[in-house]
Formats: sequence, C-alpha cells, structure tokens
Amino acid sequence: MLKILQKIMAVGTVTENWDAAVPPARARGRVAPAGGPCAACGACLAVCPVGAITADGDSVTVNQRVCIFCGRCVERCERKLLTQTGDWKLAELGGQLLGEAVRAEIAKTLGRSLHIRHLDVGSCNACDFELSQLLSPVYDLQQYGIDFVASPRHADLLMVTGVVTRNLTQALLMTYEATPAPRLVMAVGACAAAGRTFGASYAVRGGADALVPVDVYVPGCPPKPQAILYGLLLALGRIEQA
Amino acid sequence: MDRTFVVKAANLRAAANACASRSRHGLLAMFACDERAQSGCYAIYCLFDGRWPDGLTTVKGLVPADGPLEFPSLTPVIPAAAWYEREIYDMFGVKPVGYPELRPLVLHENWPEGVHPLRKDFDARQEVPTAADRPFLMLHAHGEGVFEVPVGPIHAGIIEPGHFRFSQAGESIIRLDAKLFFTHRGIEKAVEGLTPDAALPMVERICGVCAVSHALSFSQAVEGMTGTVIPERARWIRVLAAELERLYNHVGDIGNLGAGLGFAVAVSNGARLKEGLLRLNEAVTGNRYLRGMVVPGGVAMDATAELRQAIDEALAAFEPDFAELVGLFKENDAFLDRVNTTGVLPFTAARELGVVGVAARASGVDWDMRRDKPYGGYGELDFAVPVRRSGDVAARLWVRVDEVHQTVRLIRQALERIAASGPELAASVPAAAAGSTGAGWSESARGANVHWLMMGEDNRIWRYFARSASYANWPALTVAAPGNIIPDFPLINKSFELCYACLDR
Repeated sequence: MLKILQKIMAVGTVTENWDAAVPPARARGRVAPAGGPCAACGACLAVCPVGAITADGDSVTVNQRVCIFCGRCVERCERKLLTQTGDWKLAELGGQLLGEAVRAEIAKTLGRSLHIRHLDVGSCNACDFELSQLLSPVYDLQQYGIDFVASPRHADLLMVTGVVTRNLTQALLMTYEATPAPRLVMAVGACAAAGRTFGASYAVRGGADALVPVDVYVPGCPPKPQAILYGLLLALGRIEQA
Repeated sequence: MDRTFVVKAANLRAAANACASRSRHGLLAMFACDERAQSGCYAIYCLFDGRWPDGLTTVKGLVPADGPLEFPSLTPVIPAAAWYEREIYDMFGVKPVGYPELRPLVLHENWPEGVHPLRKDFDARQEVPTAADRPFLMLHAHGEGVFEVPVGPIHAGIIEPGHFRFSQAGESIIRLDAKLFFTHRGIEKAVEGLTPDAALPMVERICGVCAVSHALSFSQAVEGMTGTVIPERARWIRVLAAELERLYNHVGDIGNLGAGLGFAVAVSNGARLKEGLLRLNEAVTGNRYLRGMVVPGGVAMDATAELRQAIDEALAAFEPDFAELVGLFKENDAFLDRVNTTGVLPFTAARELGVVGVAARASGVDWDMRRDKPYGGYGELDFAVPVRRSGDVAARLWVRVDEVHQTVRLIRQALERIAASGPELAASVPAAAAGSTGAGWSESARGANVHWLMMGEDNRIWRYFARSASYANWPALTVAAPGNIIPDFPLINKSFELCYACLDR
C-alpha cells in the first residue's frame, strides 16, 4: 500500500492540455500540396495505395479522409510539391452536425457531456489502441465530461473504427438501432471514414457511412488520441474548426 | 535453405507426421494454394521448422482439381492443424477427410455454400449474396444445471470483436468455444495481383500493433525469393524497430493486466509509460505504431545520431520507472492471489497446439524464433529467452516482464551496431521469377509470425498467406479457461494478449 502511495506521489500529475504535445519532425500528418505548377506526371496517383489523390490539370488534391498517411506520394513527387506536415487537426463535421439548428439542438440535449460506445467493425486495432490511450492519465478523457460506456443504450455517440466487414455488418446495424436518439456517429480513422484501406473485396462493405449516417469524420491511420479528442470537442461545439 | 517434399494428397498425413516428429516446434503453418493454372492441382502446404537453423521444411500435397477435392485430415494426429484445415475448407473448398466436426471458421454462416473466395476463379470484387442466416455452429456442454453465457461480438469495453460461448456449471467454466474472424477483411485476396511494394501498406495494416513484425516477415519472404541481401545498417535498424514494437506492447500489456481486476494505479502507470514509448516511436518512424519503417530491401528511414541519443535517454528514464510498476504487482497479495494458478495452459497442450511466443514460454516451451531460427541480425546479438513453467496468468506476466529487460538490452546493442555501420539503408529488390515461393518469419510481441508468398507473372503476388502468432495461440485460450470461474476470464484473456485483427486478416 505504501509503495502504491509512494508511486502516485512520485509520478505526480502527467495530464497535458489536449493540444500541448508538438508532433516530432518525422510525424506523418496532413499532406499539403505546396504552390507551383505540378508536372502532371501522375507519380503520386500511381503510388497512392488507397486512391486518395485526384489530379485536376496542374494541381492535385489529397482526400484526408481516405489517406493512410504512408508518405509515398511525398517521396515520389517529381517536383517535390507535396509536403508532409505533422498536422493532426483534421476532423470534419458531417451529417446532422452541418445544420446550425440541429447542432444547437444537439448541444442543448447533450450539454457538455458525452457518452461514447466504441464499435470495432473491422479495425486493425491501431485506432482502438489510440482510444484506450485517451483514457490514460496523459489525456484523461473523463476530465472533459466524456467517457466510454458499456452499452449502446447508455450512449450518445457511436465511435466506429475499421472498415465495415461483412461479418460485422449486422453488429453495426443492431448497435446503431439500440442507441437512443438523438445519437451521433463518429468515424475514426481512414478505414471507418472512407473504407478504402483494403480495397474493394468480398469481405468489406466500405466505410461506416455506407451503412449508417456519420456526423464526425476523424482522418488518420491511426489518428492520434489528440486528433480524436479534437473531433469530440468539435462535435460538442466546445472548440472551433482549426 | 528450404527443403520441400512433394507428395500425393493421400500421403500428406504420413509425410506431415514424419516431418512434425523430426522438427523442434512441429507444424508452423498450413494453407492451400490454387495452382490449377500451373499444375492442374490445389496444393496443400505444411510448413515445419526444420532441423537446420536457416530454413523450413515444406510438405506439399497435391490435390488434382479433376478428382475429389479432399485430403486426409492431419488434425487427428497433429492437433495444431485444426484451424488451418477449417480455413482451407472455407477458402478453397478442399475437404480434410476425417476431420472431427468440420465447421465454418473464416466465413460465417451468412456466406453461401460452395463459394470459396481464395480460388483463382473467384473475383475479389464480385457481389456475394447473403445466405439466410443460420445459427452459429458452436460447441456446447450438456447436463443438468449446465447453462450457456453468450458474450460478444460487441464487448463492453474498447475490445476487438469476437463471440464467446461459455458453458457454465454455476460460476465455473466447463467449456469455452470462440467464434472469431469478425474483422476478416480479405487481405490475402486483396494483395493478389499487386507487386510486393504495393502490397506492403495492407500487410502492415493486418494488425495495428504488430505492424513491424508483419512488414518484417513479409519483406524477408520477398528478399529470400529474390536473393536480396539487405545493408548492414538496415539489419540493425530493423532490430531496433522490432524491439521498440515489443517494448510498447509488453509494457501496455503488463499495465493492462491490472484492468482485469480493477488495479487502477497499475493500469494508469502502464498507459503512461506506453504513451511515452508511442511518442518515441513517432519520433523515430513518423508513426506511433512504427508503420513505414521496414520495406523490402531494408528500411525507409535512418536512425540518426540524434534519434539514437533520444532513444538511449528514454530507455534510461524508462527502466527505473518500469521497475517500480513491476514492484506494484510483485508486492500486492490481492493481485498475486488472482493471477497465481489462474488460467493454466499445460505444457503438453502448448506443444500439441503449436502455441508460440510468451504464451508458450510461460508453459515451459523454450522456443523463440529470434534465437532458434535467427533472422536479420539476431544471431549476432546477446540476449536470453526467459521461460517459466507454471503456465498460469502469473507466468505469462513474469515472462513479459523478463522480456522487457532483454528487449532493452537488445535495443542498446542495436543502437551501438547502427552507430558502427555504413550509411546505406536499402538494397534494390529485383523482380521475383514467376512461380517462385518464399517464407519469412519473425518473433512478434505475441510470438512466431510466419508469412508465405508465391509470385505470379510480372512480379505480381499469386498467393499470400500470413499466419500471425495469435492464430496459433487462440485455440489455447479454450484449453486454459475451463476450470476457472467466469470473472477470471478477462484476466486470462488479457494474459494471452491475443490479436483478433492478426488472426482474422
């Protein structure tokens, strides 16, 4: 018992402000097209394993929801026009949260608190590990009035990770039905947000929004805990879009 | 060097049995390959660790496509074959004759009969109708007062999906059956027709927390087939990445064991230490789960002097902190009472099921691919393989704790070797000849991870098979749980630390 107290005292408070940690130099976040005309060589399109890049004449766009942040396009770009940034504030609102009136209504119903039911519908479990890290003392999710609950009946938000697999389609639909309205759905990671990580196959149905309406998209592969937290605070209207 | 024996399907059992009894670990992996285009046959491959240190023994059984699609089941003589044979039947429709209770494994009961996705004439993108839902075929126990507790696939926490059926006599588990493969993403099919380089992102994403191990096994298979020799610096950076992966996994798992019995201080400290290691991973590779480092031919990024110093400093701070965390467990009677003698996996069961990694070494199976089938640079490094014999939750915990110390030693040695090696990071990988095959393996945080590749024309993958450590270890859980009370199941499950994603692919 004394040892436990001693350890608690020795460690002290490790909780950080949610956006305090600075990404290291190599961090692979948003790929940003820099200025200047592109050679239209198509190298980035060819090398992208998930088809996240579209070209229009001499400019390219990277779809952050689809991107798995492998950095291959940056390496291959002939004119070095693509930059790898460490940006992780990539979450976007969608669905019900796009309408101001509905958004206000949801904010009124949920207040500042939010109960989450996590749902792995075909994840590689990297996103799931990041959700677990949100509960670590470094991020301390509960301090925001946000917590994970055991049943969809107790949840305001379904947090979906993974591509929707054939074998989990029923589980997703039943869990969605079991969640009382008003309910929000958050797609965490490239698999849930876009569903293209493993191509089109007999085993995969697509992203979360192929089956249920999605209100928050959090890009990343996996999105780090801060990026998920950013999406949650954004959904609750407690911060503004970066 | 690999040795391959080709036999008729009818002789597969005898040949496999002979190889199993001559190998140290027994059956390493078993899978099928549609080779109708090459030889008019389906091939059943069985991989064994041979007596020679540098390669595997392969038994290849040929099932002519114009005859009955069947082979004599190995399961009655080699229990470790049980899940592989169910998978072969699901994916290829080649039947193991004499298999006790053949049930679907990968494809669930919503899948129509007679459709086998890994056959070459099955188009990965084709629409497969949903068959009328049949009830899951699960194993039961019968008797007066026996009842069932169904759990999952959606669990009450942040846990991957799986369905468990506990047959209970009061609080005691008398039988456990698991229905898995809920996160089956069809990765082996999805990479067919891709070049190894294009397939790598998917291979790394079989499992989020075994990314290095998967990339390593895959890359080594490619390098073996093409005769690629990787630069020295890449060898040591790979050891560094693989051991960083083991480190954050073990530390997280050790802390998390506390969650099985409400020991919050341990859970928090484990999560805090793990967060530090994940951030270190990001500094080294740009990704918290070390993705993007290992590539066929070598590594994609250097471990610069600056990074090496950062790792060294992080380890110096980590070691005493971790020792204190372990102290919290060691001196806590309430904790020890729950973990000692709980969830015992007997030595014989571990051997017969071909269990690997921490789970095997905690049951007295002294086998580690890093030492016994050395790959990369491990043969030149100095480390011990911790083994315990009691096979309980405590043994699996203490093996992990001991391994953390060995891993720290390995990282320090890798750092020194990197500093002393030349600057080259990767060799160019030539295209593989059509029809060439190769196996690659590594010891992940969970155990032996074996990949196998066969190439088609134009350096495109014809068949890819990935057998993670969890594949070998899942069946052991159903041996270790019965005889325990159901509230101890989360603890037992956590002590095995099985990946669902790794298994399901």
